[in-house]
Amino acid sequence: MDISDTSSNPASHSSTGTNAPGVLLAAKSINKDFAEKKILENISLTIEEGQIVTLIGPNGAGKTTLVRIALGLLQPDSGSIYHRPALRIGYMPQRVHVEPTLPLTVNRFLQLANRQDTALLSSTLEDLKISHLEGRQLTDISGGELQRVLLARALLRKPELLILDEPAQGVDLAGQAELYQLISEISDRHRCGVLMISHDLHLVMSSTDEVICLNHHICCHGKPEHVTNDPAYLNLFGANASQNLAVYTHHHDHEHGIGGSVKEHDHD
Amino acid sequence: MIDSMMLLFTTNFVLYALVAGISLALVAGPLGSFIVWRRMSYFGDTLAHSALLGIALGLLTDSNPQLSIILSCLVFAFLLTLLDRRPSISTDTLLGILAHSSLALGIVVLALADSVRVDLEAYLFGALLTIGNADLIWVLVVVSLVAIVLSVFWNDFVSITVHAEIAEIEGANVNRLNLIMVLLIALTIAVSMKIVGVLLITSLLIIPPAAARSMASTPEQMAVRASIIGCISVVLGLISAFYFDVPVGPSIVVVATLIFLVFYFYPNVLKTRN
Repeated sequence: MDISDTSSNPASHSSTGTNAPGVLLAAKSINKDFAEKKILENISLTIEEGQIVTLIGPNGAGKTTLVRIALGLLQPDSGSIYHRPALRIGYMPQRVHVEPTLPLTVNRFLQLANRQDTALLSSTLEDLKISHLEGRQLTDISGGELQRVLLARALLRKPELLILDEPAQGVDLAGQAELYQLISEISDRHRCGVLMISHDLHLVMSSTDEVICLNHHICCHGKPEHVTNDPAYLNLFGANASQNLAVYTHHHDHEHGIGGSVKEHDHD
Repeated sequence: MIDSMMLLFTTNFVLYALVAGISLALVAGPLGSFIVWRRMSYFGDTLAHSALLGIALGLLTDSNPQLSIILSCLVFAFLLTLLDRRPSISTDTLLGILAHSSLALGIVVLALADSVRVDLEAYLFGALLTIGNADLIWVLVVVSLVAIVLSVFWNDFVSITVHAEIAEIEGANVNRLNLIMVLLIALTIAVSMKIVGVLLITSLLIIPPAAARSMASTPEQMAVRASIIGCISVVLGLISAFYFDVPVGPSIVVVATLIFLVFYFYPNVLKTRN
């Protein structure tokens, strides 16, 4: 497979075709501009059952925009999004701001997702080790606790696909590893696909099947251990980001300028 | 004292006022809570002010005043939601312009239409004690409608208020729910005009929820307690209006404000120790 071809379909090695039964979500040639600035350029990806796909990239690379398009919250300028019919998505946004005038316990917040199934609610709280937070106000819990509560809300929909926008933000380092481990276990147990945004590839390496390195276009993609040694990844994140890993190289057809713009050059 | 009180509450017009005021306060609790949570109080003000323009136009065209108020509130509500989506200037500036221009225009039109004698003060500050049979029926019909719609969509309304995007992913039709919410506010404002008047309507919607905030740990608790505070304000407002011989609408708002101040400065005043 020619990894340097940015228009290929990164997350589906098996060329399963868009409507194969295992495919939960397929994005095809997505383009999106904001104020005449190209945010996403020719992005294609697929997520299958039980597969964890991680989006990494610098700030402003278009990760959240891509996720919002994948969710159907935002329309792409061109390209298409396929959702498996009746797909249940659990979504964990990057930021949840609760108005201080709105009293809201963790329990009530979670009931917004699923009011009937109280057994599921308490088992989910137990799985995420947040049962003790149930009666607390959403505005009173720590950042790490809030992330778990948001994950619980996403899980209460019994999702076939989890879409997580920086699930580990505001969580301390030890907690981050634990959270990613948890997400991986959830994906295994429920055979649900996961699309998540992360800043630190090393923390998600063990629990991710496919990494897509995004900077307005797909710079490189593949198994995490491949991506961390990809010159395009090193260019974006600096050599320190993977200094502990063996060097693996392949040809790449462009470099990035300071603003993230692509400087094309010929293959040698 | 007790005797005169009994007399007060068995008098027909007082009874009408009481029923209208209490039923309005019951829906104003939950609906006003949404206005507080969603920071829509200026929006409510603008709608209320535009209602005066509706009255003026209704008088000019010789149509049913209650109907013209409701129609103009609905039309304005619809226009405001459309304008809200194209923010070429900031929303609060836009609302400010609309609120005061429609109020001014309404007063000017009322003054020009001198074929009819209009009690401007009644529209601005309410005339609860002049409520008649027809008015009461309007209030009861609209209030029941608002209450039914609120209870049917309650969970969805709370969900889109907490986080619109999660709600949308979970299947809520956010745009439609927002429109329904705005129409409910418009309807409630339209029928409460006679009760507290154009200038004080928003206060009846936002003061009881604000007072209830410190006593609530869920949205439902806040909504129910706001309703209770609203009812207490209506009853005490009516009584004090009689005993101090002051206008009813402002008197209700003053009572609500006093209750708000008590809970604002002593949030634990009702908490029992166990």
